[in-house]
Amino acid sequence: MTRALGLGAVLIVWAAVSYGNRTLELVPPVLLPTPGEVATVGVALALDGSLARNVLVSAGRIAAGFALAAAAALALGLAVALYTPARLAVEPVVELVRPIPPLAFLPMFLVWFGLGETSKVAFIAYTTFFPMFVGIAASLLRVDVMLLRAAASLGATRWALLRRVVLPAALPGIVVALRLGFGLAIFVIVGAEFIAADAGLGNLIMEGRVFFNPAQIVMGALLLGFLGALVNTLLVAFERRAVRGRAPR
Amino acid sequence: MNRAGERARVQVEGVHKSFDLDGRAMPALLDVSLEVHAGELLCLLGPSGCGKSTLLNIVAGFMPPTRGRVLVGGAPVTGPGPERGVVFQEYVLFPWLTVAQNVEFGPRLMGTPAAGCREIAARYLEMVGLTAHASKFPAQLSGGMKQRVAIARALANDPAIVLMDEPFGALDAQTREVMQEELSRIQRVEHKTIVFVTHSIREAVYLADRVVVMTSPPGRVKEVFTIKLPEPRDRFALEFTQYEREITRLVKEEVMKVHE
Amino acid sequence: MSTVADLVQWGLRGAALPSARALALRVGAVLAFLALWSLASGLVVLLELFNPIFLAGPWLVLGKLLQLALNGQLWGHVGATLGRVAVGFTTGALLALALGLLAGQLRPVRNLVEPIVEVLRPIPPLAMLPLFIVWVGIGETSKIAFITYATFFPVFLTTVHAVQQVDPLLLRAARSLGARRAQLFLRVVLPAALPEILTGIRLGVALGFFVIVISEFIGAEQGLGYLINDGRNFFLVPQMLGAAIVLGLLGYAGNALVMLLGRRWLRWERPSAS
Repeated sequence: MTRALGLGAVLIVWAAVSYGNRTLELVPPVLLPTPGEVATVGVALALDGSLARNVLVSAGRIAAGFALAAAAALALGLAVALYTPARLAVEPVVELVRPIPPLAFLPMFLVWFGLGETSKVAFIAYTTFFPMFVGIAASLLRVDVMLLRAAASLGATRWALLRRVVLPAALPGIVVALRLGFGLAIFVIVGAEFIAADAGLGNLIMEGRVFFNPAQIVMGALLLGFLGALVNTLLVAFERRAVRGRAPR
Repeated sequence: MNRAGERARVQVEGVHKSFDLDGRAMPALLDVSLEVHAGELLCLLGPSGCGKSTLLNIVAGFMPPTRGRVLVGGAPVTGPGPERGVVFQEYVLFPWLTVAQNVEFGPRLMGTPAAGCREIAARYLEMVGLTAHASKFPAQLSGGMKQRVAIARALANDPAIVLMDEPFGALDAQTREVMQEELSRIQRVEHKTIVFVTHSIREAVYLADRVVVMTSPPGRVKEVFTIKLPEPRDRFALEFTQYEREITRLVKEEVMKVHE
Repeated sequence: MSTVADLVQWGLRGAALPSARALALRVGAVLAFLALWSLASGLVVLLELFNPIFLAGPWLVLGKLLQLALNGQLWGHVGATLGRVAVGFTTGALLALALGLLAGQLRPVRNLVEPIVEVLRPIPPLAMLPLFIVWVGIGETSKIAFITYATFFPVFLTTVHAVQQVDPLLLRAARSLGARRAQLFLRVVLPAALPEILTGIRLGVALGFFVIVISEFIGAEQGLGYLINDGRNFFLVPQMLGAAIVLGLLGYAGNALVMLLGRRWLRWERPSAS
């Protein structure tokens, strides 16, 4: 309830400032789009289908890149957690590559894969892989040794320990890692689409700059924020279902 | 001694345990030898750090001794196993399983068919008085209830030996006494071999057939008491207090050594 | 996979290795990685799999970096990037700290600022970059303003949270010792909130380095981001990889600096091991 009130308040302030600026012309009005102008752009693009098209293109890239990265992160995370030699070999290298901002590799991906879809999907996969891999491996490695002891004293073999203790115990952490990875994908997709894309929400936003249409920029940004928040809410709800019962009420 | 009796016998032979703290060796146990008779409840008692929990962990198979060995049913211990059930101080229930599923865990691992598992779980849940809570998750239970689930879980697997590491340590005083009475009652029915670690002398005298008093670190066996009291035990009986007094005197000697 | 006996003794991590051996293994792993990389790029040349410039070996990258360092060009770019991040972050952090501390303490301020932040927070900062370019142009100011905007949010949000999370028992204890409003704030709230605030600062620094690259792709003549994007035109892969690595080092150094400051100011949090 209070959130809706807060949003309403922001809307009112925004309207007041931008419409006020129209009359007072403190700043060139085109630079301070009104809610009406932003809505108009949105509706126009929605009606001619390009809004939906661009959103779907971005969504497709995120989905594909994320799926690839998630599969790799799960496989590698499991391998590293279960085989100490693998962990000792991989951990130091990951620690070296991690501090490099993924966006710094974006041009490399464009060089390697050209300007098409592959480069963006590959870039999203690369960006989301590392944090998910680290998070998944950490969740597995962190499994409380006491749980292993309890199960072993009930007769568990190695494989029973893995299937019936390690995986269920690590599940909450794994789900969180995947959710954060997805959020990161949404975070960087715009950046990837600024540089070399002919479609997508990021491209739409950048068009707003190229054609000097700030209203389009604001529309795109708000839409992106809204969609991102929506997806995050859904993922959090999904996460809560996955760990149902465990957290103290 | 019959087969079942032999299975439930624990022999600790010359066990030493040292921990390695980045180069330095910290001795925890020093030449401990004792025998746990089949069907008895043996308490390991001593001041903090005397190694009683370490000894229990070694019998459980959670860590190897630095020297010496432990025999269970005549066979040396090389790791944990279902014949040695464990009840931990922090309960260690599986948080993603319900109470009933926790208790069924052992039988399920053994390959018992699902119906059989449920029946076993129901029986032991009734024994500890938690039938009404079978579908709850551990997070929804109080400490005393969690510990009862842990006991049911350990017993449901029908181990020959039950190892308990200060199981009532995290409970308040009232619940603790109630749990002691529960355990005593269950033991009179099940007749398991129980090795029970505690630092409470009252608890030891109430529960144990024999009490092993350990020295201050590095731990050795100081003295072994046989408690001859009628069941169920009266905490305020004269004989009870006499045992308490005698054991307290010995434990205090060791505690004083630590504070020197 | 380890045996059950090992798993119950140490957990999945396994026994802790003696520090010397652990270090040797880490160094070995990195060397093995470099060797693999060199091998791969060498094979590409040997077997003529594809144009070798796509997989420049580590020595090429190092060579290019040394070249740029020795002829002085690297420092110009490093300075430009560092300057933008430093100025942008400092501005953003100061604003965020000021506003955050006020908002954390005073309900009216919070009610004023929070709705705006709640609307802007879900929007990835990068989406706002074109807006800054439209408003301020493609020069230095626009980049710095963008970094200010981006780094504002993590610092602001953690500061507000940190102030609100201060244990009320601490406040109660201080009040019963006679503390007045201003003293309460300076001597209790601030120190208690400091650990989390520093975490927010670390996040802000990381975010600053994270987003600076994109802003340097557009309208820049200097900077590591510029170096990377510029390399695209002539496939100067060693340059692109080298600049990315330097950027990573800068980010790492920034983080280490904040951690160092944290350890000095927060000595009370973690007593030194005996």
